[in-house]
Order: sequence, then C-alpha cells, then structure tokens
Amino acid sequence: MLVFILRRLAQSAVVVVAMSVLVFAGIFAIGNPIDVLISPEADEFERAAAIARLGLDKPMHEQFLRFVDSALGGDLGTSFVHGVPALGLVLQRFPATLELALCAMLVAVVLGIPLGLWAGLKPDSLAGRIIMTGSILGFSLPTFWVGMMLIMAFAVTLGWLPAGGRGETASLFGVPWSFLTADGLAHLILPAVNLALFKLSLVIRLARAGTREVALQDYVKFARAKGLAPSRVVGVHILKNIMIPVVTILGLELGSVIAFSVVTETVFAWPGMGKLLIDSILQLDRPVVIAYLLVTVLLFVVINLIVDLVYSLLDPRIRLGGGRA
Amino acid sequence: MSSVAAKAPAVETPFLRLAREYARSRTALAGLAVLILIVLAALLARWVVPQDPYDLAQLDILDGMMAPGSLGGGGWTYWLGTDDQGRDMLSAIVFGLRTSLLVGVVATLIALAVGVAVGLLAAYAGDRVDGLVMRLVDIQLSFPAILIALILLALLGKGVDKVIVALAAVQWAYYARTIRGSALVERRKEYIEAAQCLALPHQRIMMRHLLPNCLPPLIVVATVQVAHAIALEATLSFLGVGVPVTQPSLGMLIASGYQYMLSGDYWVSLFPGLALLVTIVAINLVGDRLRDVLNPRLSH
Repeated sequence: MLVFILRRLAQSAVVVVAMSVLVFAGIFAIGNPIDVLISPEADEFERAAAIARLGLDKPMHEQFLRFVDSALGGDLGTSFVHGVPALGLVLQRFPATLELALCAMLVAVVLGIPLGLWAGLKPDSLAGRIIMTGSILGFSLPTFWVGMMLIMAFAVTLGWLPAGGRGETASLFGVPWSFLTADGLAHLILPAVNLALFKLSLVIRLARAGTREVALQDYVKFARAKGLAPSRVVGVHILKNIMIPVVTILGLELGSVIAFSVVTETVFAWPGMGKLLIDSILQLDRPVVIAYLLVTVLLFVVINLIVDLVYSLLDPRIRLGGGRA
Repeated sequence: MSSVAAKAPAVETPFLRLAREYARSRTALAGLAVLILIVLAALLARWVVPQDPYDLAQLDILDGMMAPGSLGGGGWTYWLGTDDQGRDMLSAIVFGLRTSLLVGVVATLIALAVGVAVGLLAAYAGDRVDGLVMRLVDIQLSFPAILIALILLALLGKGVDKVIVALAAVQWAYYARTIRGSALVERRKEYIEAAQCLALPHQRIMMRHLLPNCLPPLIVVATVQVAHAIALEATLSFLGVGVPVTQPSLGMLIASGYQYMLSGDYWVSLFPGLALLVTIVAINLVGDRLRDVLNPRLSH
C-alpha cells in the first residue's frame, strides 16, 4: 500500500512539474512575455525596469527557475485590472465556485441514482425510456443554452427565482456562503441545476448500467429467492454494488464540474473563479489567467490523487494487481 | 412477411450490409436524414435562404427586432424574426450553421490525423515510446476539454483558425487512445506477423495493414466528437473567446441574442439554440447507431 501511495505521489509531482513547464512555455516562449507580464499602459522606462526585475534578459533555464521560485512563494504577479496579487484574487473567489460545484454534485446524485435505478430495473417501461431519452438530451444540450432557457422560464416568464448573482450570504469560518440564507439558496437553485445537468445524465447512465448488470447476479437472485422484500434487495444488495463506479466517477468529475462552472457562472453572473477567468481573459489580465490555471491544475492533481487512493481502499484489486495504474 | 421480398441478395458488399443494418433503426434513419438536410442547407447557404445576412446592403434597419412571422419591408416574411439590425434570423442561422459545421468538422479531421499518427506509432513501436505517449494522453485527458481550450484561446486570441487549433489540440488524445487500444490487439494477430515476415516497410504495415483494421471504433468516436466539437465551439464563442463577430457561429448568435432575451424578445436567442440542439442530437443519433452497427460483438 505504501509503495502504491508513494508511486502515485511521485506521478502527481511529475504532472505538476510538467504543467508548470507548459504554462511557462505558454507565457515565455510562445507569447511575448513582456506583453503578458507588464501592463500595456507602462511607459518605456517602466518596461525596461520591469524587464530587468523579471530577469527577461537572462537565459531560458534561469528564467524558468525564477518563475518556479516565485510561484512556490505564492507570487504569481499582480492583476493589471484589480491591482492586487492575482493568486489572492483567485483564492478569494474559490469558495463561491466550490459551493456551486458541490451543490451541483448533490443534485446529480440525489436525482440521478434513483432515476438510474428505476431505469435499470424497468428498462422497457415508459418511465425508463423517458429517463434514458432525458439523459441523452442532458448530454447533448449545451450547458450555456440550458442555463439561458432556465433563466427565461423561471426568472423572466414565471418570476419564481432570481436570474443571477449570489444573493445574500452568511459567514461561516470567515468565508461568505450562499446556502446559509434563504435568499442565497434561491439564487443557488438555478445555477446548481444547470451545472448538474450533465453529471446527472452521467449518474443516470452509470446507475442504470450498474443496476442491469447487478440485477442478474446470483446473489441478487438468491436474495430474491430467499423472500427478502424487494425494497431491501434494491436498497441493500443492488444499491451498494452500483455505488463504487458512481462514487469514483463523481470524485473524478468534481474537477470537471469546477472547470465547467466557468460556463454556468458566466450565464448566471455567479461571482466565482470561472467568471473571474472569463473576465480576465476578455480584459487581457494575464497574471490572473495564469494564477487560475495553476490553482486549477493543482486542484485537479489533488482530486485525482485522493480519488485513486480512496478507490484503492475500496477495491483491493487495484492496489494488488495494479502495476501501471 | 413475404419471404421473396425479405430475401437478401447473394453477394453483398460490406458497405451495403452496414447500410442495411443501419436502416433497421427508424430513429437513426431520421437522424441521418435531418443531418443530411442540415449539411446541404449549410453548404448551399447562399441559395437556400432569402438574404445574405452579412451583406449590409441587404439589411433594412427599419425591420429590426421584428417578431417571428412578421412581414418585412422587402415584401417577404421573416419566419423566425429579425435581430436588432434587421437581419433575418433564418438566414443568420443557416450561415451560422455553416461556421459551426466548418469548425467542428475541420477540427475533428485535424485531431483525427494527429491522433491516429501518434496512437499508431505508439502501439507499433511499443515499450518506451508507447509508455511516454500514453502517459501524455492520460495527463491531457485528466483535464476537462473546456479548460484546455479556454487556456489555449486565452494565449492564442480570437479567430476561426485559432478555435480550430484549440479544438484539435483538445481532441487528438481521444483518437490516440482509441486507435492505440485497437492497434495493440491487431498487431498481435497473424496477418501483421506475416507482413513483418515479408519484411515489408514499417510504414506500409502501419498504413495498409494495421490502420484499416483499426478504423471502425475510430469512425464512431469521430462522429460523436464532431458533435462535441460543435457544442464546445458554441460554448467558447458564447464566452467570448471563440469566433469573431464578423463570422458568427450558432454560439455567437445565441450569445448576441442573450441581452434581448431578458426583455422578452426570445427569438434572437431561442432559434439558433434550437438549430444547435437539432444538429447535435442528429449527429449523436447517427453516431450511436454507427457504434451498434460497427460493433462486431453485437452484430453476430
């Protein structure tokens, strides 16, 4: 087990190093680093001073070491637009995105598993077919368009829910959260549903496929033959066994939900990291873009690592047989 | 069922067999028909729609923001309404469809070429090359496509060509992985061994022996990926980092209609969205059916 963890840690470290090399290459080799790192409004004198300060006259490998050094120290430059450190700006927006992503995951699981179970137990029923058609639509519909339609229906036409923003927030551990106030919760519903839609379709498909497979197994037949109540067979024998793939995929998908929240946040004007990224790209505020990228890469690596470790605890085959996981 | 009519011809090319197999699903046939219509409309855009939406001389600003079905100053009806500049939405959608399809198809073809080359090489060379390439693929696939595309476009800037590059960069890894999977199975088979015993050049073995036998799963992935590429392009354009305003795709049209939507003028955004939806669903239906038809495990 220890060997597995160590190998997995080493692999994550390689990914982080590789990504920072790529980011470095992206900024310093492809684009003109002066445009990227120095505000376009700077005059000649400021430019020359900044070039010397940033060491842009040094050879490439020395520049890379400098970049790594300042990045490790948490210095990813100062936002051109906001005039504050870029990293702090991104981290400050992180709770809003995390809240949205977790709520979306919750919606996906709470709705997706029962629907998938139903569709798996009764694949030929009308309800089963409707659920599966719905999940195909969920995969096909572009998130941003669904978000607009949700706003159109529930905010503009019906007027039940607010169209955007985060609403009133309450503080917990010194961080503002929306789900603690009724107004914030009302603001949270539409974006969370919008972001959940894709994962909901995924959970439905996974749960359905798992149910169909598990329902044919001998132990389920035996449980039925034993005369157990159908609710117990479904709730214990089947549900438990379809949870492993669902949990794994959900863990892996948390990162993708955070990435996709870029779209939902833009549609619903939700003040999270994703909206910050889009605003920064449009305003050419590149230090913030770089900070977002590095934070997200790190987040992904950590999530993938945790999922792998948890999975290896759940399923011993991975850690015993898995030389090349 | 009359046995004479149902009798299959004695000799049947593989293509005909696949076509017949495909046609068994009515939904898939409908999807294919819709897709063909969409592609034809996009190809013949200039002759299909009443107006060239980007020729300013043909626009009448007095016809701006007309509801669907209104009669315009030019004497013909705007079936899907007009936007703020008096542009016929139907014409704009068909032209937008052309940009969307162009981006989706070209990006997929480039990604396909790169992915196939890399994946085949990895599978054929094996060992260290394979390990290195596949690790790269794994790493790339552990990041969501939209994130990579956003970052690339943030570095590259706007433009149809840049969107194509970004989408191709996002997609190649899928093909590399798919073709490597089937190539690893195929290369252990006897016909490859036979070709190697004949001392044929590696390039010939890869292109003429290995590649054709790895194609079916690739076709399925590519079909579905076109739909993904179109949806991703629409999303990127909606976010403002995709195609430029001068060459709007469906996503761009939806985005520019967004501001009117909140005031109740739904048509500027709704109809391009529906067009996008129909296109994506049609492609997915065709892709799903192709997967069933091309999968040897299901057909026998």
